[in-house]
Amino acid sequence: MKKLIYAFLLVCLPLLGHAQFDGEFIKPRSGKFLLQNATVVTVTKGTLANTSVLIDGGKIVSVGQNIPAGDAEVIDCSDHFIYPGMFDGGSRLGLVEVNSLAETQDYAEIGQVTPNMQALVAINPNSVAIPVTRVSGVTTTLAMPSGGIFPGTAALINLNGYTPDQMYAGFKGVVLNFPSSARRSTWDRRSDEDIKREADEAQKTLNEIWGRAETYYQLQQANAELQYYPEMEQLAKVLAGELPLLVEVNAATDILSAIDWIKSKNVNAILTGVAEGWRVADKIAEANLPVITGPMLSIPTRQSDRYDAAYTNPGKMAKAGVKVVIRSNDAENTRNLPFNAGFAAAYGMGKEEALKAITINAAEVFGIADKMGSIEAGKDATLFVATGDPFETKSQIRHVFIDGFRVPMSNRHIKLYQEFLERSPGLEKN
Amino acid sequence: MKKINLILICFLILGGMIANAQTPKGSLLIKNATVLTVTNGTLEETDVLVENGIIKKIGKNLNAANVEVIDATGKYLMPGIIDAHSHVALDAVNEATAPITSEVKMADVVNPYDIGLYRALAGGVTISHAMHGSANAIGGQNITLKHRYGSYNPEDLYMKEAPRTIKFALGENPTRVHGRGNGIQPRTRMGVDAVIRNGFNEALQYKKAWADYEAASKQRGANPVPPKYDSRLETLVDILDGNIIIHCHSYRADEIYALINTCREFGIDNIVFSHVNEGFKVAPELAQYTMGASVFADWWAYKFEVYYSTAYNAAILMENGVITSINSDSGELIRHLYHEAGKAQRYGELDDEQTLALITINPAKQLGIADKVGSIEEGKQADLVIFEGHPLSVYAIPQMTFVDGVKYFDINEDPDDMRLKVSASEALEPIFLKEHEHRCMHGVDFFFTNFGRSLFNHSH
Repeated sequence: MKKLIYAFLLVCLPLLGHAQFDGEFIKPRSGKFLLQNATVVTVTKGTLANTSVLIDGGKIVSVGQNIPAGDAEVIDCSDHFIYPGMFDGGSRLGLVEVNSLAETQDYAEIGQVTPNMQALVAINPNSVAIPVTRVSGVTTTLAMPSGGIFPGTAALINLNGYTPDQMYAGFKGVVLNFPSSARRSTWDRRSDEDIKREADEAQKTLNEIWGRAETYYQLQQANAELQYYPEMEQLAKVLAGELPLLVEVNAATDILSAIDWIKSKNVNAILTGVAEGWRVADKIAEANLPVITGPMLSIPTRQSDRYDAAYTNPGKMAKAGVKVVIRSNDAENTRNLPFNAGFAAAYGMGKEEALKAITINAAEVFGIADKMGSIEAGKDATLFVATGDPFETKSQIRHVFIDGFRVPMSNRHIKLYQEFLERSPGLEKN
Repeated sequence: MKKINLILICFLILGGMIANAQTPKGSLLIKNATVLTVTNGTLEETDVLVENGIIKKIGKNLNAANVEVIDATGKYLMPGIIDAHSHVALDAVNEATAPITSEVKMADVVNPYDIGLYRALAGGVTISHAMHGSANAIGGQNITLKHRYGSYNPEDLYMKEAPRTIKFALGENPTRVHGRGNGIQPRTRMGVDAVIRNGFNEALQYKKAWADYEAASKQRGANPVPPKYDSRLETLVDILDGNIIIHCHSYRADEIYALINTCREFGIDNIVFSHVNEGFKVAPELAQYTMGASVFADWWAYKFEVYYSTAYNAAILMENGVITSINSDSGELIRHLYHEAGKAQRYGELDDEQTLALITINPAKQLGIADKVGSIEEGKQADLVIFEGHPLSVYAIPQMTFVDGVKYFDINEDPDDMRLKVSASEALEPIFLKEHEHRCMHGVDFFFTNFGRSLFNHSH
C-alpha cells in the first residue's frame, strides 16, 4: 500500500512543477536577517561605517561590527546605507483608492462633529498604493480623516499587514480643523465676508462643542449615568489626556488664535498644516507645541510671499526651536515624502534636521520613540537599505523591513515596468 | 488732403514701430560653469558668450568687452527649462460650450501679471506651453510663451517663432462635460473618436468647397457664391495641412491608440500626446507614428483612468525611442520640473543626459522650437539657468534665469514681493492653502460637485 502511495506521488511530482499558474508570488516574510557591512545612519547615535544590523523576532537585536551571522539570512549591504523607516506625519494613504471616486473615499464622514470616526477602521490594508509607497522607505504614516470641525480620529499605521490591527503603530489623535480665515485653494471663490462669517460661526460651534465636552467629562468623572453620546465619549478622552488633539491650522492669525485656544483649554495638542508657521515661529516655540507641516512642495500662501516660502517654512520653524515633523498630505503619492524633506533640507533646514523630522521627531511626537524612529538595538526592525541618500531621486531603495518583515520590492508600478519595458509583441506581431 | 496724408504717414510710422517693437535681448558672458549642453554632453569649466539674446560662443577663456560677466565657478549652467503643458498666465482655460472649439485662442487670454510666471522663472522655466483645457474633444489653440515677466503687454510673452498648436482631449473629461453634463455626444470613447473624425471630414468638405469656389471664380464671367467662412473648420483644415501641432490630453492606451489610427488615416503626423499615463503600453506605436509623449513624473490614481499607471512611464517611453518630456500642468509643479525629471532616475534609472532632455530639448521638439531653444548650442536663443548643485539633485537651487540673454530671476537680488500690480479692491491679501494642481478642467468645475470642498480632489 505504502509503495502504491509513493508511486502515485512520484507520478504527481512533475505535475506539481507544472501547476496551473506561472511564477511565484513573493510575500512579506519575517525571520532572522543580518544586514551586513553597511553605513548605518542611526539618526540618534550618529552614522556608523562598516556596521551590521541583526534583525530577529521583529526587533533590531544588535547594531555593531563583526556580528556573527549564525543562522541568520545574510544580506550584503556593502556600499549601501541603512536608515530607519520614514514617517509621514499626515496622509490619506489607505483611506482612499481613486481620489475622484466617492465610492472609494473613506476619509470624510457626514457631519461637523464626528470625532468618533476611526480612521483605523477604514484603512484598506490591500490598497494598491501601500506597496507603491513602502518601497520608497516610507514605512509609517498617520492616516488622517478630514471634513468637519472634528472629522475623526487619526491613526498611525505601518505599511505592512493584512488587518488594520496588524498595521497599527501605536498612536491615535483626534483631529480638529481649527476655524480658518484662509482659502482652501485657488479655486475657493468665497468672498472675504463669507470666509469671515464662516470662520466666526465655526469658532462659535467649536466653543459650544467644547463646552459640552467639558460638561460630559465632568459628569463622567463624577460617575454620573450618561446617555450614549459617542462624539462626547471621544472628546472626553482628549480632556482626560488619553488622546492628543491634532489641530489643523494654517494662516498666521489662525495659528495664534489656535495657540490661545489650546492654552485656555489646557489640552495636549499637536499643530498640523502650519503653512504660515514661519510668520509666527517664535510664538509656536514659546507655546512649546510640536508641529506637523507639509507639503513643502506647494505654493506660497500669499502672492506677495517669496517664491520659496513653503520650502523654507520647516527650516525657519526648526531654527526658532519648534519640534518639526514633515508630512506629504498626500495619498497615492505619499512616496514623495522624502523629496519634501529634501526640499526642506536644501532650503534652510539642513539634511540632518530634515531626516530627524521624518524619523525620530515623528516617533517622539507620536510617543513611540522607545520603539521607532532610529536604528538602535531593542527598537522595532522598521528600516530600509538604500544605495545613497533617500532624499535624492537618483538613489535606489534596495530592501525595506517593517516590524521585522522583509517586504517585497514590488508593486503594480514595478510590475507594469517589468511587463512593458520591452513589450511582446512590439510594433509588429511577427 | 495734405493734412490727411500727414496723419496717414504718422499712423504708418507708428504702425511700423509697433510691428518692429522688440522684446528685450541681452548680452553677457558666463564664466567657468559646468555647462550641461543636453545635446553635446557636459563641458567642465566652460564659458558661454551671449550677444543680443543669442548664444554666440561656447568655449574656454572667452572674453568680451562691455558685457556683464557672471562668474559661475562651481555652478551648473543648463538650458532654460521648457514646460510642454501649462496653464500659467491664462485668465481662462476652458471654452466648454461645444465638443469642438478649434476657433478659440489662448493668445487672447494671456495674463502677463500672473505671479506664476515669476515662480516658474525661479524654478528655471523659461518657456511654457499655455494650453486650453481638456473639456472638449478638440479644444482651443494654445500659445507658446516665453517668460518675459515684467512686461504689461501680453504679446511680449508670445514666442512668435513657435508654430501653432492645438489642444485635443480624450477620455473622462470630454465625456463627462458633454456626454454626462450636457447630454450630447461624446459620452463614450467611441463618441470622442467619432467627434474628431466628423470634425476632420467636415473640414475636408469645407476645404473642397473653397477649392471649388476658387476654381469656379477663375472661369471667365463666373460669379460664384463663396462658402460661408468658418474659423472652426478653417483651423481643422490647418491641422490636416500639417500647419498645427496637436497636443492631446489622454490617459488610456486604447484611446491613444485609436487617435493614432485616426491621425494616420487623415495623414496627420504632427501629434504629441500629453499626460499619456498609459503611454507605456503603446510605446512602440507612439515611437513610430507620433511626435512623442509629454508625461507626469508620478501622478496617478486621482481618477479612474489613471489608476493603472506607473511612475516608470517616462523611462519605458524613453527606452522605446519615444520623444518624451515631463510637464507640470500645475502652477505648483512648474516650479520644480528639474526635480520632477529627476524622478525618472528613481523610477527607471535614466542617465543624466536622458533625464535633462525630458525638460529641455524633448519638449522643444514637441513644440516645434528645437532649432531655437532646448539646448546650449551656438546660434540658439540664450534661455539659460544657473544652478547651485546639479539640477537633478534634490538639493539643487536655481540661482539665475535668463530669457533671450536677459536676467529675469536672481536669487540674490530679487525682492520677496514680485507682483507687478496689487488689486485696488483687495483690502486683505487672500491666503491660499493650495494651488489647484490639475488645472485642465479649470472653468468647468461645476461639473464636479464635490470639488473645492476637499484639498485632495484632483480634477485633471
